[in-house]
Amino acid sequence: MTATPIRRLAITSEGTTLADLVDPRFGRAGGFLIVDLESMATEYVDNGSAQVRAQGAGIQAAENLVRAGAQALLTGQVGPKALSALLACHIRVVQGVENMTVGEAVAGFQAGRFAWSDGPGY
Amino acid sequence: MIVAIASGKGGTGKTTVAAALATVWSRPVLAVDMDVEAPNLHLFLKPETVAATRTCLEVPMLDVYLCQRCGACADLCQFKAISLMGSSLILFPDQCHGCGGCLRVCPEGALSKGERELGTVELGFTASGIPCLTGRLRIGEAMSPPLMTKVRHRMHAIADRGTLDIIIDAPPGVSCPAMTAVQDADVILLVTEPTPFGLHDFRLAWQAFTPLGKPMGVVINRSGLGDDGVQRFCREKGLPILAEIPFRRDIAEHYASGGILTDLDGAMAALFAALAPELERMAGQGGDASHA
Repeated sequence: MTATPIRRLAITSEGTTLADLVDPRFGRAGGFLIVDLESMATEYVDNGSAQVRAQGAGIQAAENLVRAGAQALLTGQVGPKALSALLACHIRVVQGVENMTVGEAVAGFQAGRFAWSDGPGY
Repeated sequence: MIVAIASGKGGTGKTTVAAALATVWSRPVLAVDMDVEAPNLHLFLKPETVAATRTCLEVPMLDVYLCQRCGACADLCQFKAISLMGSSLILFPDQCHGCGGCLRVCPEGALSKGERELGTVELGFTASGIPCLTGRLRIGEAMSPPLMTKVRHRMHAIADRGTLDIIIDAPPGVSCPAMTAVQDADVILLVTEPTPFGLHDFRLAWQAFTPLGKPMGVVINRSGLGDDGVQRFCREKGLPILAEIPFRRDIAEHYASGGILTDLDGAMAALFAALAPELERMAGQGGDASHA
């Protein structure tokens, strides 16, 4: 389903571990868990700088992801501006991932249960 | 003098009061509909539009061949209208507030002036000759204050030339649009209703406008409905209740058919005729009237 294999997968997360719940929001997410799909090592990226913005939270969050070197994103919903920013940076997006832990989301991704988004989720 | 008619809660009767006041105002007056997201003062004053001006905001345009992706513009922009994402500079003109800072800091001259349509500013006159200014936000435009600022500039230009007083019909709420609408006022007239919802949002409005240090008066609409919470709050804060419009079916019917309350009966005409000089008197007190 992808030309380049995804190695660094980002998931919006309410906490810092795989046992925490997926944060369904993108721009206002608490943070991202970046999972290296080869080693399964995790790294937490705080999204506080985007959460406090009056406007442009989604764009700021996308910048945070680019900086973290993410290649794909699993989350609940991404707005239109953030989505175009992510796609411009070749970050692929899966939406509708919520009501599960980050670990379950990663397993679902690896099992091929998710489809890439081609439009904003609002 | 400038009167702004505001409220926290929507649907309390701002436009009803603004239209009625404009018709009984003793001096030449300009009626301004500053609720650019949903202008409706014209439904009552029924001006004939003589000029409608398409209004734009200056937003940046990028020459991708000149841009060196230094990110100076993106660092400056507080609204994420420009983002340096990896090696691409992406513009989000919908987010731009039009400050022009990005054009100034770009060392390559890669940004130039483009425009985003905000909406229209319309000038018209009622049958009795009252000039009316209306801002009408473009559908899809997310920010109303930039268009409101264009309306304000036009309003001052018109009023200064003819030494007109100004009655502003403000948008509801207490966020940027409401604050933008009342900032030029000499006196703020708060229209509320005596219900728990009315009191809740009235209190928010009082909190938001108090730091401006402008005199504030109150009109209670649908008086007789609900409870006495608004009256008690006004007494507590020293806010004068200048008029009460009763909760009556004939008033609602008159309003719903586009009528102005001063035309309904003698009592309504007298109520607004008494309200107008009271506002002038309060405006004359200037910024020293503190309700804190």
